Parts: sequence; C-alpha cells; structure tokens
Amino acid sequence: MLHRESGVFKTSYAADMALYPLPIARWTVAAIVLLFTVVLPLSLHEYYLSVINLALIAVVGALGLNILVGYTGQISVGHAAFMSVGAYTAANLAVHLHLPFWVTLPAGGLMAALIGAIVGIPSLRIKGLYLAIATLAAQLIIEWVINHTPAISGGAQASIEVPRPTLLGYQIKTQGQLYYFLLFFAALATLATLNLVRSRIGRAFVAIRDQDIAAEIIGINIFRYKLLSFAISSFYAGVCGVLYTYYFGIANYEAFQIGVSIDYLAMIIIGGFGSVLGSIFGAVFVTMLPIAIRWIMEPLAGLFFGSGELSSIVASTRLVLFGCLIIFFLVVEPEGLNRLWRNVRNYFRTWPFSY
Amino acid sequence: MSRSSNWRMTAIAAGAVALMAGNAAAQDKELVFGLQCDRTGATQTVGVFLCPGYHDYISLVNSKGGIEGYKIRVLEIDHEYKVPPAMEAHERFKKEGAVLEGLYGTPQTAALTKKLEEDKILGTSPGFGTAAASDGKRYPYVFPIAASYWSQGAAAVAFAKKELGGNLKGKKIAYLFYDNPAGKEPLVILEDLAKSEGFDLRTFAVPAPGVEMAAQVLDITGRYRPDFVITHLFGRSPSVSIRELKSKGYPLSKVVSFVWGASEADIKAAGGYEVANGYHTIQFAGVGLDFQVIKDINAMYQAQGKPAPTAQEVSVFYNRGVMIAAIHTEAARAAIKAKGGTKPTSEDIKKGMESIKGFTLGGMVPPMEITELDHEGGGWVQVWTVKDGKLVKNGHWFQAYRDVINKHLAATN
Repeated sequence: MLHRESGVFKTSYAADMALYPLPIARWTVAAIVLLFTVVLPLSLHEYYLSVINLALIAVVGALGLNILVGYTGQISVGHAAFMSVGAYTAANLAVHLHLPFWVTLPAGGLMAALIGAIVGIPSLRIKGLYLAIATLAAQLIIEWVINHTPAISGGAQASIEVPRPTLLGYQIKTQGQLYYFLLFFAALATLATLNLVRSRIGRAFVAIRDQDIAAEIIGINIFRYKLLSFAISSFYAGVCGVLYTYYFGIANYEAFQIGVSIDYLAMIIIGGFGSVLGSIFGAVFVTMLPIAIRWIMEPLAGLFFGSGELSSIVASTRLVLFGCLIIFFLVVEPEGLNRLWRNVRNYFRTWPFSY
Repeated sequence: MSRSSNWRMTAIAAGAVALMAGNAAAQDKELVFGLQCDRTGATQTVGVFLCPGYHDYISLVNSKGGIEGYKIRVLEIDHEYKVPPAMEAHERFKKEGAVLEGLYGTPQTAALTKKLEEDKILGTSPGFGTAAASDGKRYPYVFPIAASYWSQGAAAVAFAKKELGGNLKGKKIAYLFYDNPAGKEPLVILEDLAKSEGFDLRTFAVPAPGVEMAAQVLDITGRYRPDFVITHLFGRSPSVSIRELKSKGYPLSKVVSFVWGASEADIKAAGGYEVANGYHTIQFAGVGLDFQVIKDINAMYQAQGKPAPTAQEVSVFYNRGVMIAAIHTEAARAAIKAKGGTKPTSEDIKKGMESIKGFTLGGMVPPMEITELDHEGGGWVQVWTVKDGKLVKNGHWFQAYRDVINKHLAATN
C-alpha cells in the first residue's frame, strides 16, 4: 500500500506480526473493501462484473496453487484435476442429496483435499521435474476416472447440471448476485492464505521450500507438512471447482483439462511465487488481459479491416500481444508482478527525497 | 518508459474508448448476431474455415440490403476453446444487444446452457453439445439445428445396413471413437440398434490426443475383422485412422466417419484423395463449392475486386459456417415478418427459429423442420464419399431410426 512509515517502532511480537502495522494501512484496506462491495457492483455494467467474476474464481485457484508451488516448492501440474474433483463432489451432493451450497462447497474442497493428499505421497520421495510428471499422471488419471465412471460423472456427456445456489430463499443467478457470492469466497480465501502463510504451518512450508533437509533437521515433520501442503492447495482447487460449477450451472470435466492447470501455473509465475498479492495479480492478469487487449484492438483494427477479416486479425494479434506482454513483464521483473509492484512502492516510499 | 510514450499510450487508449462509444450507439435498423469461434485454440483447424463462412454469408445478406431492411452486425469472439472466455463472450453479446448466439464447442455449450435460458437468448450449437439438447422442452434456448451424435450414430448404422445389402443380422460392426464424453455419447444408440438389428458391436476407444491408434486398428483389422467400421474422431485423429486402416489393408469403402472426421483437411492430412479413396463421411451441410450461394459470395468478392476467400479450401467446414449463418438469417427473417417489420427480440427470433421448415439453400441445408419440441430439426444427414479425387454425394438427405432416438430422448427426461 502507498504509505510512509517513519517513526514506527514495534515494541511487541504482536505488533510485529499484525497484518496492518499502520493505521493508514487499515484505512486503505477499508477503502478497498468499500470499492469492491459497494462502488464496483453499483457502478459497473453486468458485463464487466462477469469479467471480474471469472477473475475472482481464478484468484481462489491461484492462491491454492501458490501455497503448494510458491510457498512449499512442490511443483504440480494437476491443479485442474483437483478442481474437477471438487466440482463433481459438489454437483453430486447438490443434485442427488439436494444439499445447499454451504455444505457442498466445503465438501467439494475436502474431497479434493483428500485426493490431493494421496496424490502428494510421491512428493515424499521425488522433487522438481519428477514430481511434475507424477502430478501430470494424477491429472490424467482423474480425468480418465471421471470420464469412465458414470456414478461420478452422471449421464449425458459426463456433465451434471446443478441448480443455482440459494441463500435465505433467494436464488443467486444474475452476474451481480454471483459477484457478491464469488467475492465473499475470494476474500475469504485471500484472508485465510494471508493468515496461513504467517502461521507455524506457513513458515514450515517456506522452510521446506528453501531447503528440505535443513527443515527436517530443525524439527519440521516433512511427511506431514508436504502432505498438508498438497491437501490445503487441493482444498482451494476443489473450492475453485465448486465455484465454477455454481457459476456455470454445470459440472463438466472438459472445463478442467491439462491446459487449465498450465494456465494456473502461468498465473502464479506471472504474479510471483510465494506471494498472496502476486496470486491475485496473476489471476487478474491472465483472466482479464486477453479481454482488455480485445477491447482496445477491436476499434483500432476496425479502422483498417472489414468485419470478417477483423475477427481473424483480432484473434491472432491478441494471442501475440498477450504473449509479448508476458515476456515483457517477466523480463522487466522475473520475480513477477508482485515484485514489480513492490519496486514501484519502494520507489515512492522515499520519493521525492530519495537520499 | 519515457514520458512521451506514456502520453502516446494514453492518447491511443482514449481514442479506443471514444471509438467504442461510437460503436455502442446502436442503429435502429441493425440486428446484432453473436458468434463464438475458436481460431487460436485446440480446434482452430475447424474454426479458421467455419467462421469465415459465417461472415461471408452475412456480408452477402448485407450486400443485398440485409434482412427485410435490417443490416446484420456480427460480433465474433474467439474463446480459444476455453470455457471461462465463453461466458465472457456471452455477457458481451448480451451487452451489445445480440438477438442470438452461435455457440462453439461442446464444453462451452454445456457451460452456457443455463445462462442462455436465464437470459432468454437463444444459442445454436450445430455439431456440439449433448444429444439431449434437441429436446426443446428441456432446453428451450439451445438449438442444435443439425444432426446430434445420436442421430449420426443411427444414420451410420442405417448407411452400413444399406452398404451391406439391407440386412445386418450376424454382421460385425466396429466403433472406433475418441475417448471423451462426445465420443462415448452415441454408444447407447449403437448398443440399442445392435440388439434390434441383430449385429455384433465392438468398441475401440482411442485416448487423447488421438494420434496413436495402431493397436486399436490392428485389433480391428487383424482380430475382430468387422464387416463395417464406424469412426467418431476429432482433430488430428481422423487422418491417422484413415492412414492406419489403409496400411492394414482394410477397405475404406467399409468405413464411415462422423461429422468431425469428414473434411477435406482430414483427407489431405491422411495422404490425399488417392489414399482415402472410398472413405465415407457423414455431413450435416452440403459439401463442395457447386452451390448458388457460394457463387453469389464469390461474385460479391469479385465485385469488390478481391479473390475468393481462401477458407473455401475446406468446403466442409466453410459450408457449415454458411449454413449456420443462413439458418440464423432465416430465423431472424421469420421473426421480422411475424412482427410486421418491427425489430425482433430474442424471444421473437426463437419463435422464428422454431418455424424453420423447407429451407434448403439450393441443397446445402438439409430439409429440416425445427419445431418447439424438436430443436434438432429431424437429424438429417447426407453421406459424401471420397471418389476420383473429391468428395462425391452418395445419396440424398436422410434420417434414420427416429423412433429409437425419440425413445432415448424421452428416457433422459
């Protein structure tokens, strides 16, 4: 946040660990909360809210993946498969047992956590690229199982239609209503992650990432914490999958294939490993930038091309531009958007008296 | 970044915003059609030919004065075959006042089914989505407007029956399919028909990405030795299946493919028309450039001093785009006429779509009859066969085993 902190002395551990060390930080957070809960939903057209909604869902998934990859240092390319586990668990519970979303959502997360912990077992023996391949196998196995088990995947085309979530008798179905629904869970996930990473568990994760043998020597139970990391990360993925399911009104594993896992990895690489804000930046960047590029491209290219050619040119150029922007941001700051933001912030910290 | 380039960026952004505002000022005599497409993702080999066909037909309609005086503006959004951008595309179409949407892709159709119904905007999903979507009661705002995988399966069996002399009793049919939900969908129909027609059915699944099927084909040709092979493959895999079956000495005149393994591109990738000679393909739109509407499109380009569009190289997909655009146009025309020339809403266009009957576009579109209950239009297909270096029409439009399909449709409710 943009503020100065001269003359701040911390005299207790509690003060040192506080999320908001300064009053101004608290005000900034309050302003952001106001912006997201009141100003944006009241001022934006439903279309823009739908774009934000997609980013909010992605934030939950990206946070989960960052806990595993960024904080614990375990590579996973099976994130999307855990989303489908959550999605199908929630869909089956919602359709067959008519459970409300506040039961199906944690249930989807817990089922994904369980599967995630099982998939995490190889991480006790293997690291790095080898682990990536093991999680890739998990991705493909989970896809295959869902495709071939009618008991999980329902009937036609492996998809289960779920009813819209209801809260106190009201159906949540317009983009505006879904916005609040998704915002609540995205905020909850952010808050939970912020607190997780500064807790004992979070510090153990970081210790394992930095040097697992050293971590074991100082008394961290590697077995427990690696599996815990997989479980927590998969819990987030499962919840993300449930959110997708309620957002689209259908659980369909074809929406959670390997490409989606790669997209989420891209989010945290662009946003920055091991950072909560980075996960949010990354999710927003990957979800919204292609759309924003199109907003700008359409009228510009419309000056030179007819409608038929326009579509082809916008589609291709958008891909090129998006790729170039990823390279640009990573060359400017290899540690991601979070670091870039901190660099900017640090520059202004002492500005204009930088000496 | 220097200050001057900063200013330039701001100026460009401001210009873009101004232009968008200009576009947003909608004209009274304009209808907006939304079109989702995949030109850069997993199924781009289809999209780059199909979507230009759509645009060309709409340009042709506009160049002749539009539909009953209404010009059409097509808003195309490329979703890279990803699911979340399809929702963004739908919301964008809604914001721009689109009266109908062309959907693209099976997972995307599934993801939008509920939203289309809530927003009361109709979407067409020819060749995509679930077979159950032809039930207009259950899915009021989704229109497959082309033979579903169930109808294609029934048609493939009917075609095999015709080719094998009118009787399938004791015959062996192999079903070679891509191991995904769409590939498995026709199984219920095939199994049902195997019982009623008395043939033996064995299935051979090809796992994604479908480029390796030597084992399955060897199993078919060496061990099972079927009388007929029905294939249902996507992407690169149809060409691999043609090549593999050919190399194992299986006669391609005993192979019939579903609609996504049926294009000129698949045949070329398999090694050309020479190699694929005899291969049968199921089509839901006419093939080739020998149609009046294609001649009209080319004449329109010629009048502008441009060559004919290159997307016509793969006429199978190009013509499907033309067909989708033509049915959209007809639905809008019927809606405008029914309202006596006033601007139709999406609800009116839905009624117009449900009144389409006997619209054939010079033989390119099957004689389908879309009704309030049947959004598939009867499941008409035509078989085209590779012969003498091109795809040749093999018989007329036909529909098969409607009783079986309807029985299953009723059962899914």
